[in-house]
Amino acid sequence: MPLSQAQKRELEAKMQEFVGLPISEPKPGRDAVNEPMIRQWCDAMADENPIYWDAAAAKEAGYDGVVAPPTMLQAWTMQGFEMAEGYDVPKNNEHRLHKLLTDHGYTSVVATNTDQGYTRYLAPGDVVTANTVIESISEEKATALGIGYFINTRTTFTDQDGDEVGWLTFRVLKFVPQQQPQAADDGGAGAAAAPGIIRPPMGHDNGWWWELVQDGVLAIQRCNGCGALHHPPRPMCNQCRSMDMGHVEASGRGTVHSFTVIRHPQFPGYDMPILAALIDLEEGTRIVSNVVDCRPEDVHIGMKVTCRIDEVEDGFKLPVFVPAG
Amino acid sequence: MTHSLTFPDVSVGDELPPLDVPLTSAVIVGGALASRDYTPVHHDSAAARAQGMQDVFMNILTTNGYLGRYVTDWAGPKARITALSVKLGAPNVVGDTMKMTGSVVSADADSGEIEVEVVGRNAWGNHAEGKVRVTLPKGA
Repeated sequence: MPLSQAQKRELEAKMQEFVGLPISEPKPGRDAVNEPMIRQWCDAMADENPIYWDAAAAKEAGYDGVVAPPTMLQAWTMQGFEMAEGYDVPKNNEHRLHKLLTDHGYTSVVATNTDQGYTRYLAPGDVVTANTVIESISEEKATALGIGYFINTRTTFTDQDGDEVGWLTFRVLKFVPQQQPQAADDGGAGAAAAPGIIRPPMGHDNGWWWELVQDGVLAIQRCNGCGALHHPPRPMCNQCRSMDMGHVEASGRGTVHSFTVIRHPQFPGYDMPILAALIDLEEGTRIVSNVVDCRPEDVHIGMKVTCRIDEVEDGFKLPVFVPAG
Repeated sequence: MTHSLTFPDVSVGDELPPLDVPLTSAVIVGGALASRDYTPVHHDSAAARAQGMQDVFMNILTTNGYLGRYVTDWAGPKARITALSVKLGAPNVVGDTMKMTGSVVSADADSGEIEVEVVGRNAWGNHAEGKVRVTLPKGA
């Protein structure tokens, strides 16, 4: 059940209370930096750099002995096995923030960005402590994975003497998952199926419009009360307040009002770049669509275009616009 | 792999040899556990499917580990990694392959520090776009 605007505002106000808070008391990692964990890491990464394996090679490279891979920094203070329990019983502020979002339908989480600096390489015996602060939380964003909020944290790592050994910023997306297409029938023994395009939401007010698209028709909603045309479809006329709505079929002829060429981010399932355009239809309404069969350098404001309904995926059609010929 | 590159060996625009990383369950789950990341989506396929993925997928620490390894495989044991910046995109799901490529985008002769841009690409698109900063020995 999607949240109402009021519920969303309430959720966002509660989320903002976490900004600036440490996730917990600084806590030293359970184990000091040690060779077995270093070797286990290097096995998984197939990392044969001898400074992680062999004291003599490490000395030759200028260290006192074996060192830990610097990218392992975060591993020394990870919570480990208890992470599998989730946070139904939150143990720190980060859990409380995540649980707040989970309880509102934002059930999934992925890491999206990290920036890290390594002040020095860690060596066996070092005891690492993480000091993490919840730095900021984004507005709600629509992403290829689903809608959600980006949560940014900043961590400073110190050693047994209190000296900084590194730092990182970390961004996760806490989101409402959307169903991914099922893997094709045994197409390559469990190989990940290529993702498709993000389907539009088809609700009470606009479902009929998409159904007409599937029949090859570009429709424009028309108020049966006063005749005003609307796009996108809405439940009530903004001219006469009638809720009696019909539609007309558009000619498909239009003009590029404005456009942008989307090169990043590169969403899985899309051919990049995407020419996204605002099209003035000759009937007087405006529609957001893609211009296709056109090079990015050729699209321009005022360009005449014609609608074409393309089957972009098996069984799913989208209206697109091509240069008028 | 005892040979190390020195700063004079490297020029902006140099490309690193490509590396294909097969995304087996052992790599995904082994990487998650080696980084003490027991988040269920990285070892439990039912949990991953509940999140809309086909199977378990790589955690970011393993991605970081592969980026670091990719650069030091090329630069050698005397290269010192000073910073890493990673933007994650398409998840690395079991059964896929991550194709890594990289190139040198900047080099500072005073500090001996270079920056390598690394991309890890899978069947869905770019899994990771990253930059790794390393300091190289100054050479003779």
